Amino acid sequence: MILKVENVTKRFGGLVALNKVSFTLEKGEILGIIGPNGAGKTTLFNVICGVYSPEEGRIIFSDVDITGLPPFKITRLGIARTHQVVKPLNDLTVKENVMVGACFGKSYMGLEDAEKIAEGVLDTVGLKERSELLAGKLNVPEKKRLELARALASQPTLLLLDEVLAGLNPLEVSKMLEVIRKIRDNGVTIMMIEHLMHAIMNVSDRIIVLDYGAKIAEGKPEEVANNPKVIEAYLGDPDLALKLLKKEG
Amino acid sequence: MKKPDISLWWITIAVIVLIVIPVVTKSPILRESVFLILLYMTLALSLNIILGYTGYVSFGHIVYYGIGGYVTFSLIYFYGINLIVAMIIGGLFAAAIAYSLGQAILKLRGAYFAIATIGVNEAVKALVNNLDAIGGAEGLYFNIKVYNAYGGAENAIWLSYYLMSALIIITLIVNWYIKKSKFGLGLMAIREDEDAAIILGVDTRKYKSLAYMLSALFPGIAGGIFFFKNGNIEPENAFHLVKSIEMIFMVMLGGFGTVTGPVLGALVYERIRGLLLINPLFKNLHIAISGVVLLLIVLFMPSGIIGYVREKIAKIRRYIE
Repeated sequence: MILKVENVTKRFGGLVALNKVSFTLEKGEILGIIGPNGAGKTTLFNVICGVYSPEEGRIIFSDVDITGLPPFKITRLGIARTHQVVKPLNDLTVKENVMVGACFGKSYMGLEDAEKIAEGVLDTVGLKERSELLAGKLNVPEKKRLELARALASQPTLLLLDEVLAGLNPLEVSKMLEVIRKIRDNGVTIMMIEHLMHAIMNVSDRIIVLDYGAKIAEGKPEEVANNPKVIEAYLGDPDLALKLLKKEG
Repeated sequence: MKKPDISLWWITIAVIVLIVIPVVTKSPILRESVFLILLYMTLALSLNIILGYTGYVSFGHIVYYGIGGYVTFSLIYFYGINLIVAMIIGGLFAAAIAYSLGQAILKLRGAYFAIATIGVNEAVKALVNNLDAIGGAEGLYFNIKVYNAYGGAENAIWLSYYLMSALIIITLIVNWYIKKSKFGLGLMAIREDEDAAIILGVDTRKYKSLAYMLSALFPGIAGGIFFFKNGNIEPENAFHLVKSIEMIFMVMLGGFGTVTGPVLGALVYERIRGLLLINPLFKNLHIAISGVVLLLIVLFMPSGIIGYVREKIAKIRRYIE
Protein backbone atom coordinates (compact mmCIF):
# COMPACT_ATOMS: atom_id res chain seq x y z
CA MET A 1 0.00 0.00 0.00
CA ILE A 2 1.46 3.32 -1.06
CA LEU A 3 -1.21 5.78 0.06
CA LYS A 4 -3.81 5.64 2.76
CA VAL A 5 -6.37 8.40 3.18
CA GLU A 6 -8.27 8.12 6.46
CA ASN A 7 -11.47 10.02 7.20
CA VAL A 8 -10.24 13.21 5.65
CA THR A 9 -12.47 16.26 6.11
CA LYS A 10 -11.75 19.69 4.66
CA ARG A 11 -14.02 22.67 5.18
CA PHE A 12 -13.99 26.13 3.66
CA GLY A 13 -16.07 28.16 6.07
CA GLY A 14 -19.46 26.46 6.06
CA LEU A 15 -18.78 24.46 2.92
CA VAL A 16 -17.67 20.89 3.43
CA ALA A 17 -15.39 20.28 0.46
CA LEU A 18 -14.33 16.82 1.62
CA ASN A 19 -16.45 14.80 3.99
CA LYS A 20 -14.77 11.86 5.77
CA VAL A 21 -13.14 10.52 2.64
CA SER A 22 -11.21 7.26 3.08
CA PHE A 23 -9.51 5.02 0.58
CA THR A 24 -6.26 3.21 -0.04
CA LEU A 25 -4.05 2.95 -3.06
CA GLU A 26 -1.88 -0.03 -3.98
CA LYS A 27 1.51 0.30 -5.59
CA GLY A 28 1.39 0.27 -9.39
CA GLU A 29 -2.32 0.98 -9.57
CA ILE A 30 -4.10 3.56 -11.70
CA LEU A 31 -6.91 5.04 -9.63
CA GLY A 32 -9.47 7.22 -11.35
CA ILE A 33 -11.32 9.96 -9.45
CA ILE A 34 -14.57 11.11 -10.98
CA GLY A 35 -17.49 13.21 -9.87
CA PRO A 36 -19.55 16.19 -10.97
CA ASN A 37 -18.10 19.71 -10.92
CA GLY A 38 -17.48 20.91 -7.39
CA ALA A 39 -17.45 17.40 -5.96
CA GLY A 40 -14.12 17.99 -4.23
CA LYS A 41 -11.77 16.14 -6.58
CA THR A 42 -9.18 18.88 -6.92
CA THR A 43 -9.50 19.66 -3.20
CA LEU A 44 -8.64 16.03 -2.53
CA PHE A 45 -5.45 16.47 -4.59
CA ASN A 46 -4.66 19.71 -2.81
CA VAL A 47 -5.03 18.02 0.56
CA ILE A 48 -2.78 15.14 -0.45
CA CYS A 49 -0.14 17.57 -1.80
CA GLY A 50 -0.20 19.76 1.28
CA VAL A 51 -1.66 22.88 -0.34
CA TYR A 52 -4.46 22.62 2.22
CA SER A 53 -4.22 20.79 5.49
CA PRO A 54 -7.35 18.83 6.40
CA GLU A 55 -9.39 19.63 9.52
CA GLU A 56 -9.79 15.96 10.34
CA GLY A 57 -8.25 12.70 9.29
CA ARG A 58 -4.83 11.48 8.29
CA ILE A 59 -2.92 10.86 5.11
CA ILE A 60 -0.23 8.18 5.17
CA PHE A 61 2.17 7.98 2.24
CA SER A 62 4.69 5.11 2.16
CA ASP A 63 4.30 4.65 5.93
CA VAL A 64 4.93 8.34 6.63
CA ASP A 65 2.19 10.54 8.07
CA ILE A 66 2.19 13.52 5.69
CA THR A 67 -0.90 15.27 7.07
CA GLY A 68 -0.21 19.00 7.30
CA LEU A 69 3.33 18.89 5.90
CA PRO A 70 4.23 21.79 3.58
CA PRO A 71 3.90 20.99 -0.14
CA PHE A 72 7.62 21.03 -0.94
CA LYS A 73 8.33 18.38 1.69
CA ILE A 74 5.59 16.15 0.34
CA THR A 75 7.00 16.55 -3.16
CA ARG A 76 10.41 15.46 -1.94
CA LEU A 77 8.89 12.36 -0.37
CA GLY A 78 7.80 11.36 -3.86
CA ILE A 79 4.39 12.79 -4.73
CA ALA A 80 4.16 14.90 -7.88
CA ARG A 81 1.11 16.49 -9.47
CA THR A 82 -0.11 18.34 -12.49
CA HIS A 83 -2.56 21.23 -12.34
CA GLN A 84 -5.93 21.41 -13.98
CA VAL A 85 -5.20 25.03 -14.91
CA VAL A 86 -1.67 24.76 -16.24
CA LYS A 87 1.04 26.67 -14.39
CA PRO A 88 3.99 26.97 -16.75
CA LEU A 89 6.98 29.07 -15.67
CA ASN A 90 6.50 31.35 -18.68
CA ASP A 91 9.83 33.13 -18.90
CA LEU A 92 11.90 30.00 -18.47
CA THR A 93 12.54 27.59 -21.33
CA VAL A 94 10.66 24.32 -21.57
CA LYS A 95 13.79 22.46 -20.54
CA GLU A 96 14.37 24.73 -17.54
CA ASN A 97 10.76 24.15 -16.47
CA VAL A 98 11.36 20.42 -16.42
CA MET A 99 14.71 20.90 -14.71
CA VAL A 100 12.95 22.66 -11.83
CA GLY A 101 10.92 19.49 -11.37
CA ALA A 102 14.03 17.31 -11.46
CA CYS A 103 16.15 19.56 -9.23
CA PHE A 104 13.67 19.91 -6.40
CA GLY A 105 11.78 16.63 -6.65
CA LYS A 106 12.31 13.31 -4.96
CA SER A 107 15.89 12.86 -6.16
CA TYR A 108 16.81 16.49 -5.34
CA MET A 109 19.60 16.41 -7.88
CA GLY A 110 22.07 18.99 -9.17
CA LEU A 111 21.68 21.01 -12.38
CA GLU A 112 23.73 18.76 -14.63
CA ASP A 113 21.90 15.55 -13.72
CA ALA A 114 18.63 17.45 -13.93
CA GLU A 115 19.40 18.50 -17.47
CA LYS A 116 19.90 14.88 -18.53
CA ILE A 117 16.68 13.79 -16.82
CA ALA A 118 14.83 16.71 -18.42
CA GLU A 119 15.96 15.72 -21.90
CA GLY A 120 14.80 12.15 -21.35
CA VAL A 121 11.42 13.17 -19.98
CA LEU A 122 10.82 15.70 -22.76
CA ASP A 123 11.44 12.92 -25.23
CA THR A 124 8.87 10.72 -23.47
CA VAL A 125 6.12 13.34 -23.64
CA GLY A 126 7.08 14.44 -27.16
CA LEU A 127 8.31 17.96 -26.44
CA LYS A 128 11.93 17.42 -27.37
CA GLU A 129 11.89 19.84 -30.31
CA ARG A 130 10.39 22.52 -28.11
CA SER A 131 12.93 22.29 -25.30
CA GLU A 132 14.69 25.62 -25.95
CA LEU A 133 11.44 27.56 -26.44
CA LEU A 134 10.05 29.76 -23.66
CA ALA A 135 7.28 27.87 -21.90
CA GLY A 136 4.89 30.79 -22.35
CA LYS A 137 5.05 30.31 -26.12
CA LEU A 138 3.62 26.75 -26.04
CA ASN A 139 0.02 26.04 -27.02
CA VAL A 140 -2.40 24.54 -24.52
CA PRO A 141 -1.95 20.83 -25.33
CA GLU A 142 1.81 21.34 -25.19
CA LYS A 143 1.51 23.12 -21.85
CA LYS A 144 -0.44 20.12 -20.54
CA ARG A 145 2.36 17.85 -21.64
CA LEU A 146 4.86 20.19 -20.01
CA GLU A 147 2.94 19.90 -16.72
CA LEU A 148 3.23 16.15 -17.02
CA ALA A 149 6.92 16.29 -17.94
CA ARG A 150 7.70 18.51 -14.97
CA ALA A 151 5.90 16.18 -12.60
CA LEU A 152 7.63 13.13 -14.07
CA ALA A 153 11.06 14.72 -13.87
CA SER A 154 10.78 14.78 -10.11
CA GLN A 155 10.82 10.96 -10.32
CA PRO A 156 7.77 10.46 -8.10
CA THR A 157 6.44 7.20 -6.78
CA LEU A 158 2.92 8.62 -6.79
CA LEU A 159 1.70 10.87 -9.58
CA LEU A 160 -1.48 12.93 -9.32
CA LEU A 161 -2.92 13.95 -12.69
CA ASP A 162 -5.59 16.63 -12.65
CA GLU A 163 -7.49 16.59 -15.97
CA VAL A 164 -4.52 16.11 -18.24
CA LEU A 165 -6.84 15.02 -21.04
CA ALA A 166 -9.17 18.03 -20.99
CA GLY A 167 -8.97 20.13 -24.13
CA LEU A 168 -7.10 17.53 -26.16
CA ASN A 169 -8.43 16.14 -29.45
CA PRO A 170 -9.12 12.38 -29.76
CA LEU A 171 -5.74 11.65 -31.29
CA GLU A 172 -3.93 13.56 -28.56
CA VAL A 173 -6.05 11.79 -25.94
CA SER A 174 -5.00 8.37 -27.13
CA LYS A 175 -1.36 9.47 -27.27
CA MET A 176 -1.59 10.81 -23.72
CA LEU A 177 -3.18 7.56 -22.52
CA GLU A 178 -0.26 5.68 -24.04
CA VAL A 179 2.13 7.91 -22.11
CA ILE A 180 0.19 7.38 -18.88
CA ARG A 181 0.30 3.60 -19.30
CA LYS A 182 4.01 3.77 -20.03
CA ILE A 183 4.55 5.75 -16.83
CA ARG A 184 2.64 3.14 -14.83
CA ASP A 185 4.65 0.33 -16.41
CA ASN A 186 7.76 2.07 -15.12
CA GLY A 187 6.47 1.52 -11.59
CA VAL A 188 4.76 4.81 -10.84
CA THR A 189 1.42 4.71 -9.06
CA ILE A 190 -1.12 7.08 -10.58
CA MET A 191 -4.21 8.87 -9.33
CA MET A 192 -6.10 10.77 -11.97
CA ILE A 193 -9.04 13.11 -12.11
CA GLU A 194 -10.81 13.09 -15.43
CA HIS A 195 -14.08 14.08 -17.01
CA LEU A 196 -13.59 12.12 -20.20
CA MET A 197 -15.52 9.03 -19.17
CA HIS A 198 -14.53 6.62 -21.90
CA ALA A 199 -10.87 7.46 -21.36
CA ILE A 200 -10.83 7.08 -17.60
CA MET A 201 -12.97 3.94 -17.66
CA ASN A 202 -10.52 2.53 -20.14
CA VAL A 203 -7.27 3.31 -18.35
CA SER A 204 -8.15 2.97 -14.63
CA ASP A 205 -7.84 -0.19 -12.56
CA ARG A 206 -10.23 1.19 -10.01
CA ILE A 207 -12.46 4.23 -9.70
CA ILE A 208 -13.63 6.39 -6.82
CA VAL A 209 -16.66 8.63 -7.23
CA LEU A 210 -17.02 11.81 -5.21
CA ASP A 211 -20.16 13.87 -4.85
CA TYR A 212 -20.59 16.88 -2.55
CA GLY A 213 -17.28 16.00 -0.92
CA ALA A 214 -18.23 12.45 0.02
CA LYS A 215 -17.17 9.18 -1.52
CA ILE A 216 -20.33 7.64 -2.97
CA ALA A 217 -18.89 4.69 -4.82
CA GLU A 218 -15.70 2.75 -5.36
CA GLY A 219 -14.85 -0.23 -7.54
CA LYS A 220 -13.89 -1.47 -10.96
CA PRO A 221 -14.84 0.85 -13.82
CA GLU A 222 -17.77 -1.27 -15.02
CA GLU A 223 -19.19 -1.64 -11.49
CA VAL A 224 -19.03 2.09 -10.94
CA ALA A 225 -20.53 2.90 -14.31
CA ASN A 226 -23.61 0.84 -13.51
CA ASN A 227 -24.01 2.07 -9.95
CA PRO A 228 -27.34 3.95 -9.77
CA LYS A 229 -25.98 6.37 -7.13
CA VAL A 230 -23.22 7.44 -9.48
CA ILE A 231 -25.54 7.91 -12.38
CA GLU A 232 -27.87 9.93 -10.22
CA ALA A 233 -25.02 12.15 -9.08
CA TYR A 234 -24.12 12.90 -12.64
CA LEU A 235 -27.43 13.09 -14.37
CA GLY A 236 -30.20 13.18 -11.81
CA ASP A 237 -32.45 10.50 -13.29
CA PRO A 238 -30.83 7.05 -13.11
CA ASP A 239 -33.12 5.36 -15.63
CA LEU A 240 -32.59 7.96 -18.30
CA ALA A 241 -28.86 7.99 -17.65
CA LEU A 242 -28.56 4.23 -18.01
CA LYS A 243 -30.24 4.45 -21.38
CA LEU A 244 -27.85 7.16 -22.50
CA LEU A 245 -24.83 5.26 -21.27
CA LYS A 246 -25.87 2.13 -23.14
CA LYS A 247 -26.33 4.10 -26.32
CA GLU A 248 -22.83 5.48 -26.02
CA GLY A 249 -21.68 1.89 -25.72
CA MET B 1 29.48 24.42 -9.41
CA LYS B 2 29.43 25.79 -12.89
CA LYS B 3 32.66 27.06 -14.38
CA PRO B 4 32.79 30.76 -15.26
CA ASP B 5 32.41 31.28 -19.00
CA ILE B 6 32.69 34.12 -21.45
CA SER B 7 29.42 35.72 -20.33
CA LEU B 8 31.04 36.43 -16.94
CA TRP B 9 34.55 37.18 -18.19
CA TRP B 10 33.82 40.05 -20.53
CA ILE B 11 31.56 41.98 -18.20
CA THR B 12 33.99 41.54 -15.31
CA ILE B 13 36.86 42.76 -17.48
CA ALA B 14 34.76 45.70 -18.69
CA VAL B 15 34.09 46.73 -15.09
CA ILE B 16 37.76 46.31 -14.18
CA VAL B 17 38.76 48.55 -17.09
CA LEU B 18 36.35 51.18 -15.79
CA ILE B 19 37.87 50.83 -12.32
CA VAL B 20 41.42 51.17 -13.61
CA ILE B 21 40.89 54.39 -15.60
CA PRO B 22 40.92 56.79 -12.60
CA VAL B 23 43.77 54.83 -11.01
CA VAL B 24 45.93 55.35 -14.07
CA THR B 25 44.97 58.95 -14.72
CA LYS B 26 45.04 59.83 -11.01
CA SER B 27 42.17 62.18 -11.75
CA PRO B 28 40.05 62.96 -8.67
CA ILE B 29 37.09 64.04 -10.81
CA LEU B 30 37.07 60.78 -12.74
CA ARG B 31 37.52 58.87 -9.51
CA GLU B 32 34.47 60.54 -8.00
CA SER B 33 32.22 59.77 -10.94
CA VAL B 34 33.46 56.19 -11.28
CA PHE B 35 33.01 55.72 -7.52
CA LEU B 36 29.36 56.74 -7.89
CA ILE B 37 28.89 54.46 -10.89
CA LEU B 38 30.38 51.53 -8.98
CA LEU B 39 28.12 52.28 -6.03
CA TYR B 40 25.08 52.35 -8.30
CA MET B 41 26.13 49.12 -10.00
CA THR B 42 26.47 47.42 -6.63
CA LEU B 43 23.05 48.65 -5.52
CA ALA B 44 21.41 47.65 -8.82
CA LEU B 45 22.97 44.19 -8.87
CA SER B 46 21.94 43.60 -5.26
CA LEU B 47 18.37 44.61 -5.95
CA ASN B 48 18.46 42.34 -8.99
CA ILE B 49 18.73 39.29 -6.71
CA ILE B 50 15.36 39.91 -5.09
CA LEU B 51 13.66 41.91 -7.87
CA GLY B 52 15.13 40.34 -10.99
CA TYR B 53 15.54 36.71 -10.02
CA THR B 54 12.89 36.26 -7.34
CA GLY B 55 10.30 38.71 -8.68
CA TYR B 56 9.73 40.59 -5.42
CA VAL B 57 9.67 44.35 -5.92
CA SER B 58 11.57 45.69 -2.94
CA PHE B 59 10.63 49.34 -3.15
CA GLY B 60 12.37 50.51 -0.01
CA HIS B 61 15.57 48.60 -0.60
CA ILE B 62 17.73 51.61 0.23
CA VAL B 63 16.98 50.89 3.90
CA TYR B 64 19.74 48.26 3.95
CA TYR B 65 22.23 50.70 2.50
CA GLY B 66 21.30 53.11 5.28
CA ILE B 67 21.44 50.47 8.00
CA GLY B 68 24.85 49.26 6.83
CA GLY B 69 26.00 52.87 6.64
CA TYR B 70 24.85 53.70 10.14
CA VAL B 71 26.33 50.56 11.70
CA THR B 72 29.69 51.06 10.00
CA PHE B 73 29.78 54.77 10.75
CA SER B 74 28.87 54.29 14.40
CA LEU B 75 31.43 51.52 14.91
CA ILE B 76 34.15 53.78 13.58
CA TYR B 77 32.82 56.92 15.29
CA PHE B 78 32.30 55.46 18.76
CA TYR B 79 34.77 52.57 18.93
CA GLY B 80 37.42 53.44 16.36
CA ILE B 81 37.03 50.05 14.68
CA ASN B 82 38.86 49.56 11.38
CA LEU B 83 36.77 50.36 8.29
CA ILE B 84 37.08 46.93 6.72
CA VAL B 85 35.91 45.15 9.85
CA ALA B 86 33.21 47.75 10.46
CA MET B 87 31.80 47.59 6.95
CA ILE B 88 31.60 43.79 7.05
CA ILE B 89 29.76 43.98 10.37
CA GLY B 90 27.52 46.65 8.80
CA GLY B 91 26.73 44.41 5.83
CA LEU B 92 26.06 41.38 8.02
CA PHE B 93 23.85 43.47 10.27
CA ALA B 94 21.81 44.68 7.29
CA ALA B 95 21.54 41.09 6.06
CA ALA B 96 20.40 39.89 9.49
CA ILE B 97 17.73 42.59 9.65
CA ALA B 98 16.59 41.66 6.15
CA TYR B 99 16.37 38.01 7.13
CA SER B 100 14.24 38.65 10.18
CA LEU B 101 12.00 41.20 8.48
CA GLY B 102 11.73 38.84 5.54
CA GLN B 103 10.08 36.22 7.73
CA ALA B 104 7.15 38.60 8.04
CA ILE B 105 6.97 40.65 4.85
CA LEU B 106 7.98 37.96 2.34
CA LYS B 107 4.60 36.36 2.99
CA LEU B 108 3.09 39.29 1.13
CA ARG B 109 2.99 39.25 -2.62
CA GLY B 110 3.01 41.80 -5.41
CA ALA B 111 2.06 45.36 -4.52
CA TYR B 112 1.56 44.49 -0.85
CA PHE B 113 5.18 43.47 -0.51
CA ALA B 114 6.32 46.64 -2.30
CA ILE B 115 4.27 48.82 0.04
CA ALA B 116 5.54 46.96 3.09
CA THR B 117 9.14 47.61 2.07
CA ILE B 118 8.45 51.33 1.74
CA GLY B 119 6.97 51.15 5.22
CA VAL B 120 10.10 49.48 6.54
CA ASN B 121 12.31 52.20 5.08
CA GLU B 122 10.17 55.01 6.49
CA ALA B 123 9.90 53.31 9.88
CA VAL B 124 13.65 52.86 10.17
CA LYS B 125 14.18 56.46 9.09
CA ALA B 126 11.76 57.69 11.77
CA LEU B 127 13.46 55.49 14.34
CA VAL B 128 16.94 56.79 13.53
CA ASN B 129 15.62 60.37 13.49
CA ASN B 130 14.65 59.89 17.11
CA LEU B 131 17.68 57.95 18.28
CA ASP B 132 19.77 60.65 19.86
CA ALA B 133 22.51 58.16 20.73
CA ILE B 134 23.48 58.02 17.06
CA GLY B 135 22.92 61.67 16.32
CA GLY B 136 19.16 61.77 15.76
CA ALA B 137 18.00 63.92 12.87
CA GLU B 138 21.27 65.82 12.70
CA GLY B 139 23.33 62.73 12.12
CA LEU B 140 26.98 62.15 12.86
CA TYR B 141 30.11 63.86 11.55
CA PHE B 142 33.62 62.45 11.52
CA ASN B 143 36.43 64.47 12.94
CA ILE B 144 39.07 64.74 10.21
CA LYS B 145 41.46 62.90 12.56
CA VAL B 146 39.51 59.69 11.96
CA TYR B 147 41.22 59.44 8.58
CA ASN B 148 44.70 59.61 10.13
CA ALA B 149 44.48 55.90 10.84
CA TYR B 150 44.24 55.37 7.06
CA GLY B 151 47.13 57.66 6.15
CA GLY B 152 45.19 60.88 5.79
CA ALA B 153 41.99 61.90 4.01
CA GLU B 154 43.36 61.51 0.49
CA ASN B 155 44.48 57.95 1.12
CA ALA B 156 41.23 57.14 2.87
CA ILE B 157 39.32 58.21 -0.23
CA TRP B 158 41.46 55.98 -2.40
CA LEU B 159 40.94 53.13 0.05
CA SER B 160 37.18 53.63 -0.20
CA TYR B 161 37.51 53.56 -3.97
CA TYR B 162 39.39 50.25 -3.94
CA LEU B 163 36.98 48.70 -1.45
CA MET B 164 34.02 49.73 -3.59
CA SER B 165 35.80 48.23 -6.61
CA ALA B 166 36.29 44.94 -4.82
CA LEU B 167 32.66 44.96 -3.69
CA ILE B 168 31.23 45.47 -7.18
CA ILE B 169 33.36 42.65 -8.58
CA ILE B 170 32.18 40.30 -5.82
CA THR B 171 28.57 41.36 -6.28
CA LEU B 172 28.84 40.79 -10.01
CA ILE B 173 30.32 37.31 -9.63
CA VAL B 174 27.73 36.37 -6.99
CA ASN B 175 24.98 37.53 -9.35
CA TRP B 176 26.32 35.37 -12.15
CA TYR B 177 26.67 32.32 -9.94
CA ILE B 178 23.15 32.72 -8.60
CA LYS B 179 21.79 32.88 -12.11
CA LYS B 180 23.69 29.74 -13.12
CA SER B 181 22.93 27.70 -10.00
CA LYS B 182 20.18 25.49 -8.72
CA PHE B 183 19.46 28.21 -6.16
CA GLY B 184 18.88 30.66 -9.01
CA LEU B 185 16.63 28.22 -10.86
CA GLY B 186 14.55 27.90 -7.70
CA LEU B 187 14.35 31.69 -7.38
CA MET B 188 13.26 32.08 -10.98
CA ALA B 189 10.62 29.40 -10.48
CA ILE B 190 9.30 31.51 -7.58
CA ARG B 191 9.32 34.59 -9.80
CA GLU B 192 7.32 32.88 -12.52
CA ASP B 193 4.74 31.16 -10.33
CA GLU B 194 5.24 30.77 -6.61
CA ASP B 195 2.40 28.27 -6.17
CA ALA B 196 3.80 26.06 -8.91
CA ALA B 197 7.30 26.37 -7.45
CA ILE B 198 6.30 25.09 -4.02
CA ILE B 199 4.45 22.13 -5.55
CA LEU B 200 7.56 21.35 -7.60
CA GLY B 201 9.49 21.05 -4.34
CA VAL B 202 11.10 24.48 -3.98
CA ASP B 203 11.35 25.50 -0.33
CA THR B 204 10.00 28.91 -1.26
CA ARG B 205 10.20 30.43 2.19
CA LYS B 206 13.83 29.53 2.68
CA TYR B 207 14.80 30.58 -0.83
CA LYS B 208 13.04 33.93 -0.63
CA SER B 209 14.62 34.68 2.75
CA LEU B 210 18.10 33.79 1.49
CA ALA B 211 17.66 35.90 -1.63
CA TYR B 212 16.40 38.85 0.39
CA MET B 213 19.27 38.49 2.83
CA LEU B 214 21.88 38.41 0.06
CA SER B 215 20.30 41.39 -1.65
CA ALA B 216 20.67 43.35 1.62
CA LEU B 217 24.25 42.28 2.37
CA PHE B 218 26.00 44.14 -0.46
CA PRO B 219 24.09 47.43 -0.11
CA GLY B 220 24.90 47.28 3.61
CA ILE B 221 28.62 47.10 2.89
CA ALA B 222 28.32 49.73 0.14
CA GLY B 223 26.59 52.09 2.56
CA GLY B 224 29.42 51.60 5.03
CA ILE B 225 32.04 52.53 2.45
CA PHE B 226 30.05 55.46 1.07
CA PHE B 227 29.38 57.14 4.39
CA PHE B 228 32.91 56.54 5.62
CA LYS B 229 34.16 58.41 2.59
CA ASN B 230 31.41 61.00 2.97
CA GLY B 231 32.46 61.78 6.54
CA ASN B 232 28.89 62.41 7.57
CA ILE B 233 25.70 60.39 7.84
CA GLU B 234 22.17 61.57 8.48
CA PRO B 235 18.77 59.91 8.13
CA GLU B 236 17.76 61.97 5.09
CA ASN B 237 20.79 60.75 3.13
CA ALA B 238 20.87 57.23 4.41
CA PHE B 239 17.21 56.35 3.90
CA HIS B 240 16.45 58.47 0.86
CA LEU B 241 13.43 56.87 -0.84
CA VAL B 242 14.31 58.47 -4.19
CA LYS B 243 17.49 56.38 -4.23
CA SER B 244 15.31 53.27 -3.93
CA ILE B 245 13.39 54.32 -6.99
CA GLU B 246 16.64 55.00 -8.80
CA MET B 247 17.76 51.44 -8.00
CA ILE B 248 14.58 50.02 -9.50
CA PHE B 249 15.02 52.29 -12.49
CA MET B 250 18.57 51.04 -13.14
CA VAL B 251 17.54 47.39 -12.92
CA MET B 252 14.53 47.88 -15.21
CA LEU B 253 16.48 49.97 -17.72
CA GLY B 254 19.27 47.43 -18.08
CA GLY B 255 17.11 44.33 -17.87
CA PHE B 256 15.90 42.63 -14.71
CA GLY B 257 16.97 39.07 -14.08
CA THR B 258 20.09 39.47 -16.24
CA VAL B 259 23.64 39.94 -14.94
CA THR B 260 24.78 42.52 -17.46
CA GLY B 261 21.55 44.51 -17.35
CA PRO B 262 21.87 46.16 -13.92
CA VAL B 263 25.53 46.98 -14.63
CA LEU B 264 24.63 48.69 -17.88
CA GLY B 265 21.53 50.27 -16.35
CA ALA B 266 23.60 51.81 -13.55
CA LEU B 267 26.17 53.15 -15.99
CA VAL B 268 23.59 54.66 -18.33
CA TYR B 269 21.54 56.07 -15.48
CA GLU B 270 24.53 57.75 -13.83
CA ARG B 271 25.57 59.32 -17.13
CA ILE B 272 22.06 60.58 -17.88
CA ARG B 273 21.74 61.94 -14.37
CA GLY B 274 25.12 63.63 -14.59
CA LEU B 275 24.29 65.28 -17.90
CA LEU B 276 20.90 66.45 -16.70
CA LEU B 277 22.29 67.78 -13.43
CA ILE B 278 24.84 70.06 -15.08
CA ASN B 279 22.29 71.36 -17.55
CA PRO B 280 20.66 74.48 -16.04
CA LEU B 281 17.36 73.72 -17.75
CA PHE B 282 17.00 70.18 -16.47
CA LYS B 283 18.85 70.14 -13.17
CA ASN B 284 15.69 70.02 -11.09
CA LEU B 285 13.91 67.73 -13.46
CA HIS B 286 16.14 64.67 -13.62
CA ILE B 287 13.87 62.59 -11.41
CA ALA B 288 10.85 63.57 -13.49
CA ILE B 289 12.66 62.64 -16.70
CA SER B 290 13.78 59.34 -15.19
CA GLY B 291 10.15 58.69 -14.29
CA VAL B 292 9.01 59.24 -17.86
CA VAL B 293 11.80 57.01 -19.18
CA LEU B 294 10.85 54.30 -16.67
CA LEU B 295 7.26 54.48 -17.85
CA LEU B 296 8.37 54.12 -21.46
CA ILE B 297 10.58 51.13 -20.59
CA VAL B 298 7.79 49.35 -18.76
CA LEU B 299 5.40 50.01 -21.64
CA PHE B 300 7.58 49.28 -24.64
CA MET B 301 10.63 47.36 -23.48
CA PRO B 302 9.61 45.57 -20.29
CA SER B 303 12.63 43.27 -20.34
CA GLY B 304 15.08 46.19 -20.45
CA ILE B 305 17.96 46.83 -22.84
CA ILE B 306 19.78 43.54 -22.28
CA GLY B 307 16.56 41.56 -22.10
CA TYR B 308 15.47 43.09 -25.40
CA VAL B 309 18.75 42.28 -27.10
CA ARG B 310 18.64 38.71 -25.79
CA GLU B 311 15.12 38.25 -27.07
CA LYS B 312 15.88 39.59 -30.53
CA ILE B 313 19.25 37.98 -31.18
CA ALA B 314 19.26 34.34 -30.15
CA LYS B 315 22.91 33.81 -31.04
CA ILE B 316 24.07 36.38 -28.55
CA ARG B 317 22.43 34.69 -25.54
CA ARG B 318 25.43 32.51 -24.80
CA TYR B 319 27.65 35.56 -24.44
CA ILE B 320 25.40 37.92 -22.54
CA GLU B 321 23.78 36.83 -19.35
